[in-house]
Amino acid sequence: MANDPEEKQPPVPPAGETPAAKPPSATPPAQGTGDAPARPAAPAAASPPKPPAPPAAAGPPKPPVPPKEAPPKPEPLDNDLVKRYRARFGDSIREATTDRKQAILVVARERLVEIAQYSRDDEQFNFLTDLTAVDWPKREKRFDVVLNLYSFLKNERLRLKVHAAESEPVSSVTGVWPVANWLEREAFDMFGIVFEGHPGLKRILLPDEWQGHPLRKDYDILTQDTAWVRENLGIESGQ
Amino acid sequence: MSDTRASGFLPQSGIETTVLGADEIILNMGPQHPSTHGVLRVKLKLDGEKVVESECIIGYLHRGVEKIAEHRSYQQFAPYVDRMDYVAAVSNGLGYCEAVEKLMGVEAPPRARVIRTILTELQRIASHLLWLGTHALDIGALTPVFYCFREREEILKIFEKYCGARLTTHAFRIGGLQYEAYDGMEQDVRRFCDDFATKIEEYEQLLTENRIWVGRTRGVGILTAEDAIAIGATGPVIRASGVKWDIRKAMPYAAYDQYQFEIPTGKNGDTYDRYLVRMEEMRQSRRICLQAIENIPAGPIMARIGKVLKPPPGEVYHAIEAPKGELGYYIVSDGTTQPYRVRIRPPSFINLQAFDRMVRGHLVADVVAIIGTLDIVLGEVDR
Repeated sequence: MANDPEEKQPPVPPAGETPAAKPPSATPPAQGTGDAPARPAAPAAASPPKPPAPPAAAGPPKPPVPPKEAPPKPEPLDNDLVKRYRARFGDSIREATTDRKQAILVVARERLVEIAQYSRDDEQFNFLTDLTAVDWPKREKRFDVVLNLYSFLKNERLRLKVHAAESEPVSSVTGVWPVANWLEREAFDMFGIVFEGHPGLKRILLPDEWQGHPLRKDYDILTQDTAWVRENLGIESGQ
Repeated sequence: MSDTRASGFLPQSGIETTVLGADEIILNMGPQHPSTHGVLRVKLKLDGEKVVESECIIGYLHRGVEKIAEHRSYQQFAPYVDRMDYVAAVSNGLGYCEAVEKLMGVEAPPRARVIRTILTELQRIASHLLWLGTHALDIGALTPVFYCFREREEILKIFEKYCGARLTTHAFRIGGLQYEAYDGMEQDVRRFCDDFATKIEEYEQLLTENRIWVGRTRGVGILTAEDAIAIGATGPVIRASGVKWDIRKAMPYAAYDQYQFEIPTGKNGDTYDRYLVRMEEMRQSRRICLQAIENIPAGPIMARIGKVLKPPPGEVYHAIEAPKGELGYYIVSDGTTQPYRVRIRPPSFINLQAFDRMVRGHLVADVVAIIGTLDIVLGEVDR
């Protein structure tokens, strides 16, 4: 941290230059977020002398601030890979984006297995690194099922995504990648997404009698905790 | 005594009897079994001594790490990842810090990256040493565990001097390091590496050509390359099956692109090959440490980032080669100070799925060898 001499702090005149009578500001100084509002007391007290923003007198010369790079953000992607997928599956490739230089394809839920098979056999993405889900409760189709693929041959990663509503089952890819077995069980356990065609879809990390699916955004741990306490300990709350 | 019926040994006709099947029984192993390395419970279906089928029952150590992440700021969550693979906390922290850095579009300064590499490689050696000691102990070799812990202690001392903690170190910060290398760290690492070369020979003398060791490990728990890929195995498990793949080479992170090292592979994919691969990996880690310690660049150890992290909306998947295999972090940001979703791809969890394939047809005694060779840590399996 030594190289970072509080550059984000609002320019505070050194203590010696401020009028001594100035009372300490009632509001605490902003916690280094950089965009602190101008302090209300400062203009009134310090306006008569108003030095034209002297650089911090005692501090070391500030290193030049490097030009700010544009923050990374998702952008549409249209390379050969996407073109091949589009030629083969047409509209079933709903979106193709790149985020932090990582390729993402949003594909139709109905054709997931087909696309998975094609990815494995034709595009050489033969290694399913990870399968998981993300919950967006405000969206019409609340779940993203996310498959992270890897190709040993090309040394490339590809992410497939499927949108699914709460009532919609997603076809299981265990037939394409056996590794999906436990991963889909975990997604079922944590999100309640049903994978159709899975050989034994049941909870994996939580006990079988567990209520609800904890990684959903609307899951409230306190409700379950209170219910357990009430039932088993006979008191209103353990909190 | 000619009338056996009268003596009461045989049931009289008309009384219902339960015939005990002589073919298959279910045996429950764990979750409090010393050789399941934690709270793993395995249900084995046995035909005599042979395993016909198995089922792993996990989740005893589930703490909801991914849910916790959604209620913490990016920095606050960093210590939690140390509690997953608690024998390789430094590697977990490296993966998480780099994933968040990638999400924010910043990079740690070169000095920080080199120090990270050194500590992570030391952690790999420590993790493999713990594996070697306990794995040998499970199979019946009592001696190596003492030697392994002796050397592991030296590594933990370096960690302790560096950041004050031995196991759950929280050694790195998002954007770089909090602590400078302590005075004498180079000498400590070099001394350890110099000594360690002969120490590996010691372990190998004890085991590599030991008839009992070879008998207990060769041909046990075979995983072919196709199976390893299908089942998603990573790390030493997939390399022992002959797939020459290591994320440190394939997609270099930290400072690995600057150093020379080999990726050891096996041929048969059995327990013995996995043993050889991990032994060679320790040598290679030592080699990386020696190269890195030669030339630690000067300069800052922390990138210029604010105190409150607000990564721009989007998502990232970043994986590192942890001692157990591919440790991946899939982080989704919604632009606030807390991650929207953190998914951890745990190598142990996915490697453990290969257990059923590896154990079928083997004897009960081999089950402990196969659990040991997978090198799982239940804190990471269950998260």
